[in-house]
Amino acid sequence: MRVALFVTCVNDVLYPDTGRAVVTLLERLGVDVDFPTGQSCCGQPQYNTGYRHQTEPLVHRYATVFTDYDYIVTPSGSCAAMVRDNYPKIAQRATAEGRESGLSRAAAAAVPKTYELTEFLVDVLGVTDVGAYFPHTVTYHPSCHGLRTLGLGDRPHRLLQAVRGITLRELPAADECCGFGGTFAIKNPDVSTAMGHDKITHALTTGADILCGADNSCLMHLHGLITRQHTPLHTVHLAEILASTKEHPYTPATKAGNLR
Amino acid sequence: MSRTHLGLPTFPQAARLSTRDEQLRANLRHATSTIRTKRATATSELSDWPQLRAAGAAIKDHTLHHLDHYLEQLETAVTTAGGTVHWAIDADDANRIITDLIHATGESEVVKVKSMATQETGLNEALTQAGITAYETDLAELIVQLDNDRPSHILVPAIHKNRTQIRDIFHTRMGAWGRPAPDDLTDTPADLAEAARLHLREKFLRTKVAISGANFMIAETGTMVVLESEGNGRMCLTLPDTLITLVGIEKTIPTWRDLEVFLQTLPRSSTAERMNPYTTTWTGTTLGDGPQTFHLVLLDNGRTDTLADTTGRQALRCIRCSACLNVCPVYERAGGHAYGTPYPGPIGAILTPQLHGTTTPLNASLPYASTLCGACYDVCPVAINIPEVLVHLRERITQGGPTTTNGTKTTIKPAKRHTTERTTMRTAAWTLNHPAAWTATQRLTTRTRALHPRRLPGKTARAWTATRDLPPVPARTFRDWWQHRDADAKDTPQ
Repeated sequence: MRVALFVTCVNDVLYPDTGRAVVTLLERLGVDVDFPTGQSCCGQPQYNTGYRHQTEPLVHRYATVFTDYDYIVTPSGSCAAMVRDNYPKIAQRATAEGRESGLSRAAAAAVPKTYELTEFLVDVLGVTDVGAYFPHTVTYHPSCHGLRTLGLGDRPHRLLQAVRGITLRELPAADECCGFGGTFAIKNPDVSTAMGHDKITHALTTGADILCGADNSCLMHLHGLITRQHTPLHTVHLAEILASTKEHPYTPATKAGNLR
Repeated sequence: MSRTHLGLPTFPQAARLSTRDEQLRANLRHATSTIRTKRATATSELSDWPQLRAAGAAIKDHTLHHLDHYLEQLETAVTTAGGTVHWAIDADDANRIITDLIHATGESEVVKVKSMATQETGLNEALTQAGITAYETDLAELIVQLDNDRPSHILVPAIHKNRTQIRDIFHTRMGAWGRPAPDDLTDTPADLAEAARLHLREKFLRTKVAISGANFMIAETGTMVVLESEGNGRMCLTLPDTLITLVGIEKTIPTWRDLEVFLQTLPRSSTAERMNPYTTTWTGTTLGDGPQTFHLVLLDNGRTDTLADTTGRQALRCIRCSACLNVCPVYERAGGHAYGTPYPGPIGAILTPQLHGTTTPLNASLPYASTLCGACYDVCPVAINIPEVLVHLRERITQGGPTTTNGTKTTIKPAKRHTTERTTMRTAAWTLNHPAAWTATQRLTTRTRALHPRRLPGKTARAWTATRDLPPVPARTFRDWWQHRDADAKDTPQ
């Protein structure tokens, strides 16, 4: 089984700990994971803002970079959804415009082997207890694209429930968007902020110390609001909780910038 | 179109104020969360909901594919049944036709059934200019009309008002329009409903002309169908001598059998009822029973242009249930008025820019009034993939491209306001497709991390940093760690 990590551009630069956690976790589960360095971005920011043509080279890149792998695992529901939901549409539109140029083949190759992390763990590896230890009170925000486009369902919950030491609290209005929405956060800052504040308020009512998510872009928005308001809440990617063990417990990122 | 949106604030500008209106936020939070929960229960009762949803979409798609055929069939059937069919190419055309029809009756007052089509054409304003007074008889439309306000929701036009505010409106405004509200009016729903009933009863019994829309038009028999909750519609559709019905051409369905699907999905999606209290159907005119004169005005107003767009045309499946509004987190916080048009919420964000173009700043801002969270698509009873159309319209705005205006294929230019964004996106896409450039950009980001301020200057950056801190930039990228992980094995993660 040849497994590649698609770390995503946001994680590569801003949240390397999440990528490291995925590697740690998969290796602990006996998976030999590779990181092809030709990878960059799935093209979601461009596509969702209305720049479909700019995403086409990235579709080709994604398919080419991961040609030699059976599985592509990514710790981002929205990036996985971008590949699975939108790559075929991009190929179809290009074909309709007479510019097929291999996009259909690229999409067809990429789609079936792209897995969001929790899907890969539960569906491919068949595990829910990954041997993690995380003695904190946690509430989980299911980001929209994982929830609705991929249909992750209860996979994240099953994985979290099996973590030793964890206290899991149900997030009220969990299925409601946090207000990030990519460029929405900048184009509609007031609504975005209002939604984010509501999400944080809901998280605080649970009494959790940690707001967990499976998409760092949503967490980046929420974390930005949280630190600005000095709210006593931390945001942690699901992969980092699952990577945490008694021997190598999770260490929160420092203010100096995720140095360990 | 009679309503131009030049000068109206864009969606983000309007939302800047509305998100700060605590009363509005509280009213909408309460109303939408209540109806959301009820809708979820009402739809989950039906084990074949996914099939009904697919059937609804398929019926609509089939009809839209053969709309020319079904519209002609409808016209023949309505005419045969004693009605008169008029074709309105746009809002002004529709308003002119209806004004002339009312003038021909010699009347100067009309009662109205709640109708989105007449909101779309701005009929009430056009009638006022022609010296005709239109009385809204739907309770929520009445509230909005008395308050000289604008509707903020497709189904519940006064959703932004709570009952105390409604009591005050009845108190101060009803007298100017007819029978005043009693002095001791309370804000209990029963009292408010009774005051409205007594006020409206006068209008129903006196007025000789009614204006309505229709939820469905059945082509095979020429039958109009109106679904409602209050019974005011039934009054308007049966008591007057003349009935004028304005309907968008996309409301056609081929047969009575097709209605079966929508009679299940529409009430459950809109009011969360298994069946709405009143379903009125009529076919032309019937001697000695109901209005003796019936006019059907078929409205295009951008619908044919929308139909020409293979991605965008799915918006024409819409049955105006408003489930997408109730479930939309953006709508809940910004409120319906921020959309600046009769069609608010997710469906409005894809319908308005298609019907009326993307040239005004407001209309061009609507496709961005969404996080693409997909909740609207999930609840839509005719499976309109609203996020897909939103992204499609964003492309039309940023990149330009082929579109159809007034039946003519044209290529629109990219919007001017997106020049910087376009350059940024192109540069980013180029960088991300050139590994050396991408690595260099990453290095630059991490090595200058100590210099990154917590708040940034410039309009775009401020939009982020006004309320949020920027994420701290780590010392090393993931790929940097990966490439050196064997070399510095000591730096084992966790």
